[in-house]
Amino acid sequence: MKKSPKPAPVAALLPKCPTGIHGLDEITGGGLPKGRPTLVCGGAGCGKTLLATEFLVRGAALYDEPGVLMAFEETEAELKANVASLGFDLAGLVRRKKIVIDYVHIEPGEIHESGEYDLEGLFVRLNYAIDSIGAKRVVLDTLEALFGGLRNETVLRAELRRLFRWLKVKGVTAVITAERGREQLTRHGLEEYVSDCVILLDHRVNDQIATRHMRVVKYRGALHGTNEFPFLIGSDGLSVLPITSLSLNHKVSRERIATGIPRLDSMLGGQGFFRGSSILLTGTPGTGKTIIAANFADAACKRGERVLFFSFEESPNQIIRNMHSIGLRLEPHVKSGLLRFHSARPSLYGLEMHLATIFKEILEFEPSVVIMDPITSLMDSGTSSEGKGMVTRLIDYLKAGQVTSLFTSLTQGGHSLEQSEAAMSSLMDSWLLLQNFVGNGERNRVLYVLKARGMAHSNQIREFLISDRGIDVVDAYIGPSGVLTGSARAAQTSLEKASVLASHQEAARRKRELERTRAALERQISGLRSEHEAGAEELRQIDEQVGTQTRLLNTERNELGRLRQADISLPSAARNHSGNGRGRL
Amino acid sequence: MRAVKRKRAYAAAKTGKKWRLRLYVMDETPTSLAAFANLKRICDDHLKGRYHITVIDLLKNPQLAKGDQILATPTVVRRLPVPVRTIIGSLSNLDQVLVGLDLRAGG
Repeated sequence: MKKSPKPAPVAALLPKCPTGIHGLDEITGGGLPKGRPTLVCGGAGCGKTLLATEFLVRGAALYDEPGVLMAFEETEAELKANVASLGFDLAGLVRRKKIVIDYVHIEPGEIHESGEYDLEGLFVRLNYAIDSIGAKRVVLDTLEALFGGLRNETVLRAELRRLFRWLKVKGVTAVITAERGREQLTRHGLEEYVSDCVILLDHRVNDQIATRHMRVVKYRGALHGTNEFPFLIGSDGLSVLPITSLSLNHKVSRERIATGIPRLDSMLGGQGFFRGSSILLTGTPGTGKTIIAANFADAACKRGERVLFFSFEESPNQIIRNMHSIGLRLEPHVKSGLLRFHSARPSLYGLEMHLATIFKEILEFEPSVVIMDPITSLMDSGTSSEGKGMVTRLIDYLKAGQVTSLFTSLTQGGHSLEQSEAAMSSLMDSWLLLQNFVGNGERNRVLYVLKARGMAHSNQIREFLISDRGIDVVDAYIGPSGVLTGSARAAQTSLEKASVLASHQEAARRKRELERTRAALERQISGLRSEHEAGAEELRQIDEQVGTQTRLLNTERNELGRLRQADISLPSAARNHSGNGRGRL
Repeated sequence: MRAVKRKRAYAAAKTGKKWRLRLYVMDETPTSLAAFANLKRICDDHLKGRYHITVIDLLKNPQLAKGDQILATPTVVRRLPVPVRTIIGSLSNLDQVLVGLDLRAGG
């Protein structure tokens, strides 16, 4: 039995025509509807022509689908020059008969009309162009120019309707661009004729910084992302940032790379960060973020790896000079070509342009480590969701290329450190927190590892000292009164020494006292004993006396009895009778 | 500027310079035939013996549409005298054609 490798789909899905534009195929689930017209509308300068042209160029170059570009606004030479700056070899594709450009010149008011007509001339030209190279893709840019040239709108509309039907019959995937209207999607209501797919482009200014957006308004018969997606026009054409459709399947490395600070490495399971991971370094101003970043860069350069350092607040020379003051020499790395700085003010251009520049730099330099210092000032140039989208995109791009990335992030005072970074932290693999401890009239820096995915890491707060020899991470004092740093830590240490000494002395004193007490007691005991012995002696003497007297008495009585010639009475009777006599004795 | 050009063309019509006209049509439809008949009549009336009409059928020669920037059919293009003028339609409205071809000053 022969089985087909692909399971038969339950229902025939709408065939799609991949555009080859970064991200657009992801939001449309595979591309534009194949064999149908798509309307791309937007205001002036939002990239309609570029999108359409890129659709053709990529189609011809990547998918072997020749295309026809019918331009109503720009001449062939202008178009070629315009897209050449974006790296499209339109002229070459035209030479190789992959693309045909037909410039339709319409001068408003120059065409005189008399009697009835149709647009068969346009059809003929388009048909001829399509057939001459066997085109699969057609771009009409901007069809609305016809409304300026021809006065009879009734005829024009009827002919446009016929044109779109004809394109469908012809089986070409068409992109029609149109100007954005006030009340409707397009100025002349072209959406009425093109009902399969409508893409809206937008260029809007937020806080004086412009960002382009794209939205798939309509896509008949297919699922599509309905959100507005920021897109940028970079050196390699259009790039849509579909935040929601990022893939999470990049390779991961088990290799660890050192941070350049031995104690920090030991806090991170003894070996530092994973290669290709993303690291976030947050802290309030002046906590030493740039210094740690520079150390990381220095360590990577010493291993012979290339480092790209994006600085958004300081110039390269300033960083080099400042690092010099802590004994870190970066200029040899710059000279040897291992370290490259890229400094730009965040407000220089919009987020999309920054991202494009960053991508371009990374692509050119192929670094192992990328440092962004600080990412927050860059994110401030867009809205927060745009910023997050950008970071997501960036991290994804870096991870795909196994590039280790370190982002410093400036936290403003007053917020909770963890909370303020909530937008970004979930994207990061490791997170180091730098903090200032203020107290006792001084400020000390501490750092701790908030998270480090996939490695055992220290839960301890460490103090780090910046001196002219570099960074030194030391144990902070953790005692009954909390964490102590700086001179308080030193004071606490000497305090402890003093208290040990004091307790020694105290013990000696108590020992002496006890001995004294004991001696006194002993003296007392010996006194009592001699008293006791004296008592015993007296008792003995009394006993002796009593015995002698009794003996004497008996002798006397016996003598008296003998003298009176009486019988010797019982001792008891004798005692009773002799009571008076004894008392006298 | 336009007025100057128009005067010059008008003068050319009066003096004996030769006119070259091209009529682009799509197949031999009734509209195409009407356009040719109308054009010929107007030329006979105003440019007797000083004109030359070339009829181009785009169904047979589609590649020629690009050269004269043809959008609609039928289209008359006045190649000479310069400047090039274009009139589209079946040429049924005489006044519009005369203005379009600069055969009547003003208008």
